[in-house]
Amino acid sequence: MIKKGYYGHWGGAFIPEILFETFKELNVYFEEAKNDPSFWEEYLQLMSSYSCRPTPLTYAGNVSKHFGGAHIYIKREDLNHTGAHKANNVMGQGLLVKRMGKKRVIAETGAGQHGVATATMAAKFGFDCTIYMGEEDVQRQRPNVFWMEKMGATVVPVTDGSKTLKDAINEAFRDWVTNMDSTHYVLGTVCGPHPFPEMVAWFQSIIGIEAREQILKAFTKLPTRVYACVGGGSNAMGIFQGFLQDEQVGLVGVEAGGKGLSSGEHASRLAGSDASPGVAQGYKTMFLQDSDGQMLDTHSVAAGLDYIGVSPILSDLWEKGRVRFTAATDIEVMEALDLTMKKEGIIPALESAHGFVQAFKEAPDLGTEEAIVINMSGRGDKDIFTIANAYGDPSWKKFIIERAEQYKNDKE
Amino acid sequence: MTTLEETLREALTRKKILLMTHLVLGYPSFEVNREVIRQMVKNGVDMIEMQIPFSEPVADGPMILKANQESISRGVKLEQCLEFAAEITAEFHIPFIFMTYYNILYKYGIEAFIDRAYDINIQGFIIPDLPPEEGKEYVELAKSRNMAPIQIFAPTSTKERMQLLAQNGAGFIYCVARRGVTGKKTDFDQDFNEYIARCRSATNLPLAVGFGIRSKKDVDFLSGRADIAVIGTETIRLVDEKGAEAVGPFIASLR
Ligand SMILES: Cc1ncc(COP(=O)(O)O)c(C=O)c1O
Repeated sequence: MIKKGYYGHWGGAFIPEILFETFKELNVYFEEAKNDPSFWEEYLQLMSSYSCRPTPLTYAGNVSKHFGGAHIYIKREDLNHTGAHKANNVMGQGLLVKRMGKKRVIAETGAGQHGVATATMAAKFGFDCTIYMGEEDVQRQRPNVFWMEKMGATVVPVTDGSKTLKDAINEAFRDWVTNMDSTHYVLGTVCGPHPFPEMVAWFQSIIGIEAREQILKAFTKLPTRVYACVGGGSNAMGIFQGFLQDEQVGLVGVEAGGKGLSSGEHASRLAGSDASPGVAQGYKTMFLQDSDGQMLDTHSVAAGLDYIGVSPILSDLWEKGRVRFTAATDIEVMEALDLTMKKEGIIPALESAHGFVQAFKEAPDLGTEEAIVINMSGRGDKDIFTIANAYGDPSWKKFIIERAEQYKNDKE
Repeated sequence: MTTLEETLREALTRKKILLMTHLVLGYPSFEVNREVIRQMVKNGVDMIEMQIPFSEPVADGPMILKANQESISRGVKLEQCLEFAAEITAEFHIPFIFMTYYNILYKYGIEAFIDRAYDINIQGFIIPDLPPEEGKEYVELAKSRNMAPIQIFAPTSTKERMQLLAQNGAGFIYCVARRGVTGKKTDFDQDFNEYIARCRSATNLPLAVGFGIRSKKDVDFLSGRADIAVIGTETIRLVDEKGAEAVGPFIASLR
């Protein structure tokens, strides 16, 4: 018998006793929502009016021609309200929070996209909102911090550990074990204890449902491959679910290769060979950890991929050989980003650009009668400081210096 | 009955309430750990919980979190913790238990870890992120070696849940005094009395109460209500601020 919340031998619910009743309640509400067609109706209604669902599938004609192989289609999750796929999950959990009657939401965030989406949902539904964010990520995703605060959320910089996503998750759990009666923890990806992987995958499945319909309409047949970047794995699970049953469709997850898989400075759990099975943050999966079981520091130019673990559902699909995993390095990511901006006028988030890297590598080897789909999980505007810095863009630097001078003078 | 429970029951015939103290291995150093343990034992501590550091200690508050992280960043390895524990149990003759998170056992191999702990005369384990639903193998292995897989009750636990936990537990029950993580103050109020009554009605195992216990006043309050008072964060704070020598007088002042 397979235990609930397990995918193969990955997953589970390794929760402290203090949260036992909270999870019991969450499971009951989630099961009820899943079995209630009116819940999904309400969700679709919300996502088509408050956000821009269905998001378009864009034919990237210029890059397709550039590579001379498969036709490249881009699923535009950047056109969701708040600029990333994160809103799909957050709005769904928001509806669940309303049903549970809780009045406060908390969340972790890496790239800040999940934090912004949660702050937006809290503003719309009238919840109090606290966002935990690693101090390093606060620095590299400053524009998102600004918007979270403007929407009324409290952003708490986390200074423990590696000061990134995993530490933000720990802090959110510490808040939750104190305030579980009033508070729901809106976990941002398909990780953590059951039911979160299943629940987040369910809300994100909307991407794949739409994408399958759209590609059949635009190209009249299924794509050869589907590409998505993988941090925790929510955008990837979202689009992959649309094609899991179609065995002829190759599913490719692209992890953060950072400075290279042999550099020790990356966040590739499944594409590399540095990860091993472990249990942390409430679930069992492949973790980047040392031989004692201590979690390692990870690195990626993309804050949203800079994480030690990966969805238990993806670990299972990896083990079964259904999803293939590769990695893209920081440098490759900048190149793919550059090409996409210049040729298509589209700015992918640094996270999403990882998926583009692998698609661009493989497209030339496929035939012109084939199509591939890239899930563009979010837009790159949030990364303006990081991207401008990577380009060493002189006019941007000048602007920042002048603005800083102006602020300094204002103060005096 | 586990050896641990027998030892505790025997001590309870002589003392109204027992004291369990806590420390994080390798923080600030093994030398200081050794001195702290010496002071604790000399001043009548009945049992010591040695925490093996983990990089993601989600159930711990800022003070113990920092101790975990500093121990690891100073290069402390699991093997050193185990060797140190073996020296300590040979030198001091009170029960010692390991507190840590599940990944430490999982990565080492659950059976190998329990066997190793058995060899160095550790009496039990507290693993806050391992509920019985996920820890069947661990519970069975520990019990088969007459060691205690100590279970945790929380103020949010129902009586039915407590009964299930107690069936899986041995040695004693660790009753978390309040919501939240380690290190914050606890207000002992009417809710607490009802909670402890519920704990008693669910099990015959001795009850330890921890989280936020800092003073003689707290220990006095627990006396007659619980069997064991757990002092955690407070001694770490004391060692940080005043050094290991301050631990003895502090422990002596509690009872
Ligand atoms: C735009 C974007 N893409 C991808 C991710 C990675 O998350 P996941 O793997 O759950 O989709 C993030 C996370 O912050 C993100 O903001």
